[in-house]
Amino acid sequence: MDIRKLATWVEETHSEMGRTIAPPTRKAVAVAVIANPFAGKYVEDLTPLMDIGAELGALLGGKCVAALGIEPGQAQSYGKAAMVGENGELEHAAAILHPKLGAPLRKAVEKGAALVPSSKKMGSPGQVLDIPLGHKDAAYVRSHFDAVEVRLNDAPRAGEIMVAVAVTDSGRPLPRVGGLTHEDAKGEDGLR
Amino acid sequence: MPDIRLRKMVTSVEEIRHEGGPIAEIPLLRGAVLAVIENPFAGRYEPDIQGFMDDLRPLGLEMARRLVAALGGADKIEGYGKGALIGEAGEVEHAALWHAPGGYAMRDAIGGTRAIVPSSKKVGGVGARLDVPIAHINAAYVRSHFDSMEVGVNDAPRADEMLMALVMSTGARVHSRSGGLEAWEITGEDGLR
Repeated sequence: MDIRKLATWVEETHSEMGRTIAPPTRKAVAVAVIANPFAGKYVEDLTPLMDIGAELGALLGGKCVAALGIEPGQAQSYGKAAMVGENGELEHAAAILHPKLGAPLRKAVEKGAALVPSSKKMGSPGQVLDIPLGHKDAAYVRSHFDAVEVRLNDAPRAGEIMVAVAVTDSGRPLPRVGGLTHEDAKGEDGLR
Repeated sequence: MPDIRLRKMVTSVEEIRHEGGPIAEIPLLRGAVLAVIENPFAGRYEPDIQGFMDDLRPLGLEMARRLVAALGGADKIEGYGKGALIGEAGEVEHAALWHAPGGYAMRDAIGGTRAIVPSSKKVGGVGARLDVPIAHINAAYVRSHFDSMEVGVNDAPRADEMLMALVMSTGARVHSRSGGLEAWEITGEDGLR
């Protein structure tokens, strides 16, 4: 895998609508900008991209947890996304994200019974990629539905793919729309 | 003078391994720390604003320390820059309040740097981006270290907010080859060469 660039982003929210958030809610994103081995051509077998996905699940998941300075078990929600430069195809994002990225990411955050929410798109340098977030062990936890934006001014170039993983140690700053809570989730079936 | 009212803090680090050329033995790191705070002067013309510089000092120090730590320690830092993005109910003059506290905080955290800290400032809306210039910490003419980093936060600055930025880098542009004064040639005494 040819990685041109890695980036990490940690944002903390200390107040919202004039109310103090203590401790602050925190989201981390780790991004890899890689060469797209299939740029400019149709290739039937996407296995090499699936293997890249496995490597990136571990690398980016680990970077998010490290950037938050937490133990893996303290992670609360996660998400993943990819943006493919113009000489690639959307299917390349799917090959990286879906078959093999999840298992090593789950290892990095301990457990991860829930589906990892995802988004994918074609794009160009400087475009925004919104990474959806959902509770890592119980997808119905309503306080943890969220998203985090990432963008790099110089990626993805035409022959590149930008792959992002997001991990949090918290939900939205002022959750009050009810539903299943983090505290009440069982985390057995990945849903509740 | 009012205390700092912090809404958001961001730490962002890029690790650049190559840009189409040879892979760097040691990747270049470029990082930013951003703070989104309330603008105490939003919505009116306030003639006397300089006291706010003192209020910003502790925030600047905290930001500089975080950034140095995120990039691997003070001995790794070779370039720096600063900037401010003011929400629409403020004025560009408010951004100038960041010069002293932002600059001195980085000098303190890195340890006695000589060169001027390059800077950018503007008024902008929510989601606006700011290109923060970067130059060598001890000799402003070192050509290999001129760079910039784009920063911004999707939900800031709101009209009555200001976004303060510090950026640092650990070396030259990844494929630097445009000549000029090189980092190993400087005397680093006058801050220029």
